[in-house]
Amino acid sequence: MNKSAHESDHHQFKDHAYEQRLFKRRVVVSLVLVFAALTVLIFRFHDLQIKQHRDFVTQSDNNRIQLRPVAPNRGLLIDARGRIIAENKAVSTLSIVVERVENLDETLAELGKLVDISERNLENFHKALKWRRRPYQPVALKYNLSDEELARIAVNEHRLDGVELQGQLVRYYPYAELFSHVGGYVGRIDEREQNRFDDEQKRLYAGTDSIGKIGLEKFYESVLLGSVGQEKIETNARGRALRVVDAQPPQAGSDIELFLDVDVQKAASEAMAGRRGAVVAIDVDSGGVVAMLSAPAFDPNLFVTGISSRDYRALNDNLDLPLFNRSIQAQYPPGSTLKPMLGLGGLEYGIISEFTRVPDPGWYQLENDERLYRDWKRGGHGAKVGLHQAIVESCDVFFYDLGKRMGVDKMHEFGNYFGLGQHTNIDVPSERKGLWPSRAWKKNVRGLNWYPGNSLNMSIGQGDVLATPLQLAAMTVAMANKGRFIEPRLAKSIAGESTQMTVRSTYEGKDANWAQVLKGMKDVVHSPRGTAQSLNRDLNFTMAGKTGTAQVVSIAQEEEYDSEALLERHRDHALFVGFAPAENPRIAVAVVIENGEKSSEAGAVAKAVMKSYLTNRFPLEFADAK
Amino acid sequence: MQSSTDFLRQLPDSAAHFARGEGFWRRLHIDPIMLLLLLMLTFFGLLVLYSGSGQSTGMVKRQVAFYIIAYGAMFTVAQIDMKILARWAPWFYGIGIILLILVYVIGVQAKGAQRWISLGFIRFQPSEALKIAVPVAVAAYFSSRMLPPKFKHVLASLMIIALPAVLILKQPDLGTSILISASGLIVLFLAGLRWRYIFGSALLLAASAWPIWNFVLQGYQKRRILTLFNPEADRFGDGWNTIQAKISIGSGGMEGKGWLNGSQSQLDFLPESHTDFIIAVLAEEFGFVGVLALLGLYLAIIMRGLFIAWNAKNSFNRLLAGSLILTFFVYVFVNIAMVSGLLPVVGVPLPLVSLGGTSLVTLMLAFGILMAIATDSSKT
Repeated sequence: MNKSAHESDHHQFKDHAYEQRLFKRRVVVSLVLVFAALTVLIFRFHDLQIKQHRDFVTQSDNNRIQLRPVAPNRGLLIDARGRIIAENKAVSTLSIVVERVENLDETLAELGKLVDISERNLENFHKALKWRRRPYQPVALKYNLSDEELARIAVNEHRLDGVELQGQLVRYYPYAELFSHVGGYVGRIDEREQNRFDDEQKRLYAGTDSIGKIGLEKFYESVLLGSVGQEKIETNARGRALRVVDAQPPQAGSDIELFLDVDVQKAASEAMAGRRGAVVAIDVDSGGVVAMLSAPAFDPNLFVTGISSRDYRALNDNLDLPLFNRSIQAQYPPGSTLKPMLGLGGLEYGIISEFTRVPDPGWYQLENDERLYRDWKRGGHGAKVGLHQAIVESCDVFFYDLGKRMGVDKMHEFGNYFGLGQHTNIDVPSERKGLWPSRAWKKNVRGLNWYPGNSLNMSIGQGDVLATPLQLAAMTVAMANKGRFIEPRLAKSIAGESTQMTVRSTYEGKDANWAQVLKGMKDVVHSPRGTAQSLNRDLNFTMAGKTGTAQVVSIAQEEEYDSEALLERHRDHALFVGFAPAENPRIAVAVVIENGEKSSEAGAVAKAVMKSYLTNRFPLEFADAK
Repeated sequence: MQSSTDFLRQLPDSAAHFARGEGFWRRLHIDPIMLLLLLMLTFFGLLVLYSGSGQSTGMVKRQVAFYIIAYGAMFTVAQIDMKILARWAPWFYGIGIILLILVYVIGVQAKGAQRWISLGFIRFQPSEALKIAVPVAVAAYFSSRMLPPKFKHVLASLMIIALPAVLILKQPDLGTSILISASGLIVLFLAGLRWRYIFGSALLLAASAWPIWNFVLQGYQKRRILTLFNPEADRFGDGWNTIQAKISIGSGGMEGKGWLNGSQSQLDFLPESHTDFIIAVLAEEFGFVGVLALLGLYLAIIMRGLFIAWNAKNSFNRLLAGSLILTFFVYVFVNIAMVSGLLPVVGVPLPLVSLGGTSLVTLMLAFGILMAIATDSSKT
C-alpha cells in the first residue's frame, strides 16, 4: 500500500498501516466473539438434543399420538322369546369440517343437490357452528342418512372438501311405545350427570355420549354399557387423525334377556284400547314380569339423540301424563282387590270361620257412631253373608265387620306378608311403595290416633290405603302361590347367566283356609253371581280374581278448566287382580283403568293378557283358545 | 466442532480445484470459494425447505426462482467498482431514507405493521435496502476520516445509524431496526471505536434497560420477551412457537429422525416451519450432527468473508466487508438463538435457508459486494 499517495487525498493525515493493524485486531476480536457465540449455540443444541433428548421425545410423542376412546356396543334388551326390544342401529352422520371448506354456502348448496337437507337441519347446523368447539371438529349437518344418500355422497366425496361421513351406533327401540316406560331409554349425558361422575365413570364414558335415563336402561346401565376401548392415533396439529398406531378394542355391554313378552305386552296394550291405566302380568313360578304397561305411552326413540323442546313440552304438558310410569309410580286405593287376602287373614287369625255369617242390610254401623258405612250394593247382599259370598259378590259389610274385629294391627301384620306398603324391589328404578297403614304410621305421620272407622275403610282397601299396580300383581302372585311372596323381576338372564329368584317370605296358611279363599276368587269369574262373571264367556281356561273400584278422592287443581274432563276424571278407577289357570296358576295379572268405573272391564283386560300368555307359552294345552 | 474442522480440512482441495482457473474467476469478479460455500448452503437449504414446507414442490420451485434472481443480483453487484460505490454511498443512503418515509405515505399494511411499498407488480420492503445502505454509508463516512474515530465523528456516524433505525422501529419492526443498527455499529467497532466508548455505552445501556422496558417497548414486544423466560405461561398462544420449536429440536437427538420423517414438522406442530423456524426442521430431521454441519458451513462462509475483509485494500472496503459478513453472522446467531429459545422471537429468517425472496436478494447483494471487494483486492 502506498501511504503517501493516499495522504495527498485528505486534509488530515491518515496512518494507513496503523489503521490496518487496528482493523485486523478488531477482526480477531470479532472472530473470537463469533466462536464464543457459536459455542453458546452448540452448547444450547447439545443440551436440547442430547441431554434433554428423552424428555422431548416424550413431548413429541404426546403431540403426535392421541388416545381416542372407542365406545363399546351397548348390550341388547331381548324379550322372553328372543325378540330384540332395544338394539343399536348403525347410522351415518353427514358432518362438515368448516375449517377445510373454502366456501360454506357453495358446499351446502352442493350437498343439497345430493341429499335432502331440511330447513331444520340447516338451522341446527348453524346453531352448532356458534357453539364453542375446538378447531377442525366436525359439525353434524344431517343424521341417519339412507344407503342411497350415503352412496351419492361417497361418489362425490373427492370434490367435497371438508365433508365427512361418520358412522356411529345409536340406540333404537323397534317397538317404540310398547315398552316405553319399562324398557326406558337412553339420552345424552347431561351436565348434571357429568358433574356427578367419579373418575372411574369418566373413564368408562369417555367414548359414550348417552346414558340410561329411565326404566331398564337406567337400572342395568352398568351391565349394558360395556367397557370402553382405546385407539392410539397419530394426529397432526389440527387434530386430524392420520393412522391408528395401536388399538385396544372395546368390550360390548352384556345382553339382557327379559321375562317380558312382546305378544303379551301387545295384548295388554290392545286390550287397554287407549284408556289410561296400567297392566302388570307376572309369571307365578318365577316372579318374572311378563308384561308391564303404562298407558298412555310415548316413543322412547324421541329421546335418544336429544328430544326437541317442542316434543318434550307436548309430552310433559299432556293432561294424561304419558311420561308417568303408572305401573310402578302411580299409587291407587286398591279397593276390593284386597278382600281375598284379608279374608284369608280373618280365617288364619281365627276371627272368622267358614261358618261365619254377617247380616248385610246395605250398610254397617259402629257402636256409638252415627255414621253409616255403606255397601256398594243398595239394599245389601242378604241377611246371612259368608266369606265365599262376600268375595264372589264383593260384599263390603262382611269386610267392615271383619275389619272391625281384626283391627288395624292384625290387618297390617297380615298385609305385610303380601308386600303391601313395601318396595317390591323390582329391577327398574323409581318404584313407589304405596301405603299400608298402621297405628304407628298414623301417629307418626298424621299425628292422630287410629279410630275404628279407619279399620273399616282399610278393610275394603280405601281410606289411606295405596298400592301400585305392580304391588297388586305381586300380592296376587303370592295369593296364587299360597303365601310364597316372590320379588318380581324383569331380567331373566344377564350375559347368559340366569338371575336369581328371591322369595321374600312364605306365609304358611292352612290348606282349608287357602282353598276357601281361592275358591271364592275363582267364583268371582266362574259363578253366575260373581262380580266378573261376564269374563267366563269364551273362556277355555279357568281364572280366579277379584274386582275392585277405587274412589277418586281428589282432583288436581289445574284440571278444573275442562268440565267434561273433570267429570270423566271424577269417575272411580276400575281394578282387577287375578291369576290363571285357577287350579294350577301360571300367571297373575293386575289391571288398573283410571276412571274406568266398571271393574269387569279391567277384568277383561286381565283376561286378554292371560289368554295371550297361556296360548303363546302353552300352545298344546290352550290350543283352541285363539 | 468436530465436523466443522473436518469440513475445513476439505477446503484446500476445493480451492485447488478452482485455483487452476483463477484468471477465469477473476474476470468474472467471483470468489470461487465463497461461491462454492454459498452453493452448498443453497442446496442444503433447499433440502430442508422441501421438508419444512410440507413437501411442497411449489414452494421449492419458488425458492429456486428467488435463488436464481439472487445469484443474478450477486453477480451483477460483483461487477461494481468499489470506488464508485464509495462515492455514491450518500445517494444510496438518501434514497433509502426517502423510501422509508414514503412507507408512511403510501405504504401497505401487512400483519399489523406498515413495511411495504407496492409498485403494482411487485412489493418490497425499503428497510431491506437499508440493510446494505447503512453499512455502506457508515463505512464511506469513516473511509475519509482519521481512525480510530474521534468523538464528534462517532456522534455523526451514530446519527447516520439512528435515523433509519428509528424510522423502521416506528413501522413497527423491532427486529430489522436492531439488525440495521447492528450493521452500522459493527462498522464503528471495526473502525476502532475506543474500548472506553464501548464499555461506557454498555453501562449506559444496562442503566437504561428499565426506562426502555417501561416507555419504549410495545406490548407485543414485551410479551415476546416474557414468553422467552416462561413459554409455558401461554402454551397455546405466544408460547406455542417456542415450545414446539424446542420439542422439535430436542426430539431430533444426535442423528435426527431422518429427512421428511420429523413428526413435529411433517404433522404441522411446528409453526413457521418453512420460514423463521426452519432450523428446527433441520434439527429434528438431521439431529445434532445436522446442526453442527450447518453451523460449520456458516462458520466457513464467515471465515472466508473475514479473510476477504482482512485482505481488502482500503479502509472503505475493509470496513464494509467486515460489517457485511459480521452482520450476516448476527442474522444467523439471532435466528438460531431465537428458535432454540435463547432470545425472544423477533422475525429474523435463517439467512439463505428460510423461504423468502427479499431477504435472499438482500443477502446475495451483500455477498456480491464482498465479491467486488475481493476482486478489488486482487487488482494491483
